[in-house]
Amino acid sequence: MNFHFNEEEQEILDMLHDFCLKEVAPKAAEVDEQERFPEETWHKLADMGMMGVPFAEEYGGAGLTYLNYIGICEELAKHCATTSVMVSAHTSLCCWPISQYGTEEQKQKYLSKLCTGEWLGAFGLTEPGAGTDAAMQKTIAEDKGDHWLLNGSKIFITNAGYANVFVVFAMTDKSLGTKGISAFIVEKDFPGFKVGSHEKKMGIRGSSTCELVFEDCVVPKENLLGELNKGFKVAMTTLDGGRIGIAAQALGIAQASIDECVKYTKERIQFGRRISQFQNTQFQLADMQAKVDAARLLVYRAAQAKQDHEPHSHLAAMAKLVASETASDVTRRTLQLTGGYGYTREYPFERMMRDAKITEIYEGTSEVQRMVISGWMGVK
Amino acid sequence: MNILVCVKQVPDTTEIKIDPVKNTLIREGVPSIVNPFDGYALEAAARIKDKNPDTKIVVVSMGPPQATAALKECLSIAADKAYLVSGRTFGGSDTLATSYILYNAVKKIEELEGKFDAIFCGKQAIDGDTAQVGPEIAEHLGYPQVTYGLEAELDGDMLKVKKEVEEGVEIIGVKFPCLVTFTKPAWDPRYPTVKRKLAANRAEIPVLGDDAFPDIDTSRIGLKGSPTNVKKTFVPQRKTGGVKIQESDGRASAQKLFELLSGASII
Repeated sequence: MNFHFNEEEQEILDMLHDFCLKEVAPKAAEVDEQERFPEETWHKLADMGMMGVPFAEEYGGAGLTYLNYIGICEELAKHCATTSVMVSAHTSLCCWPISQYGTEEQKQKYLSKLCTGEWLGAFGLTEPGAGTDAAMQKTIAEDKGDHWLLNGSKIFITNAGYANVFVVFAMTDKSLGTKGISAFIVEKDFPGFKVGSHEKKMGIRGSSTCELVFEDCVVPKENLLGELNKGFKVAMTTLDGGRIGIAAQALGIAQASIDECVKYTKERIQFGRRISQFQNTQFQLADMQAKVDAARLLVYRAAQAKQDHEPHSHLAAMAKLVASETASDVTRRTLQLTGGYGYTREYPFERMMRDAKITEIYEGTSEVQRMVISGWMGVK
Repeated sequence: MNILVCVKQVPDTTEIKIDPVKNTLIREGVPSIVNPFDGYALEAAARIKDKNPDTKIVVVSMGPPQATAALKECLSIAADKAYLVSGRTFGGSDTLATSYILYNAVKKIEELEGKFDAIFCGKQAIDGDTAQVGPEIAEHLGYPQVTYGLEAELDGDMLKVKKEVEEGVEIIGVKFPCLVTFTKPAWDPRYPTVKRKLAANRAEIPVLGDDAFPDIDTSRIGLKGSPTNVKKTFVPQRKTGGVKIQESDGRASAQKLFELLSGASII
């Protein structure tokens, strides 16, 4: 076992750290306050080669390890959770299924533009009536001979307002349930497709979360992703990977919250002493750091398993379950330690607490993670 | 176009603290960075390369073996090739001796990389702050020089340099080969890329050592070749900042000045 990033992985993370201090952290509060998608950061990350980190260089990727990519999601989230999920939804949920299930033509056409970051990607599975129960898809794809015709809608789609390409799921055979779902690659300019209303959210407020509307949307025949009626597998395996990215986002938020809290408690004077001198502060922060480190080991283990092409569905579920609940717990406790100041928007604690909550919900709620884990354990 | 960029590895002065007793810089634990002005010189070269993709950018640094890290940083940003000038006999060189060694290095590197059309330097290093090495290299080479450059672009058989002067900018055309020193422009230099970073890690950086320059005049290098003697260093007294008045027009500025002066009971 090796508990370190290798030298090369660490150098990439250091390079990103420098970038984040200059370009990401200073904007985090403003992005949240204005509910502004940090579009310029997307382009700068693209210039650096950070939008296709774990994919082959022949498709414009950086050819780095999956563990390195997960470290990048974590580092970004330390500075801005919105920016982290922009990269992870793009990379895990759009680039990955195309790289895994796409034809050579699809990879040439889409993956190469996504990995260089020229295009931004998104993923459309959730519907108004199909959240955790993802099998209840109402969006339909009809075979019209020379094209597919999509009708329906998707909600809560990350990156939607700025994405060029969407991996979208629709029923191709309603009678077959989950075995009748297929995946499609949809471009934003396809006729009959439009991005609907933008959601106002509690956290990750800069993230562009919108509805997708398909009204007789014409999708070329060759844009079926993977095999016909095998879309549910595409969705589930994609989310297995995506969860590790979200778990890393949770880690980043939690760690940043602790780091900021340590700084605060060493400056804040009450009863004539720095509050860091009180045992309650010391023990609280020690507990939090131990929990975050425990979660981190789960996250890195899941990432390494994915990297090594080992079964990782349950590992990803455990990582996300523990990391996201840790993030919510830690951000709530750091806010308590920072008191009235922490509750104001002068400090990042309240933002981090709001940002942490979503990690328990998207890409599978904590309840879904428990279903995956208990299913793997054979508890029926 | 063949451009040589001279860089120096310096301590990150934003992180430097002064020993309150000895009045000297505390260098322990201070990270080393590429001198920011040299970074602007590299960016200026990179911008020329953006428009003229057949441009080759070579970087050179004189310093201890650790300076390799600064050269790798340059490779991960924009440089195509890097050379380190490092030798025991070079230690203790002042600006004159350093520029003489770098002049010899230019000649040596040109044997390997072809003649340089332009040499770009930072206007000064943030540790020594002399602003002498760049101009001295130009003198050794007998090249025309432009100092305090902001931007540079190719203009026929000349280099067009936008240069900072006291009250604005000057545009100067300079014939090749030439040397330009750069100051802080309006834009930020680009970030390194993942691909370049990985390539930089694997790059071999040739070292030009004591024996690389058989014809060098050894009486002009190192401590004994350096006429400069540092007698004393001290922390200058901090001047309190002045007030800048820059309102929308002359009338508003005059009004503001009046308010400030009368507020301070001067008038």
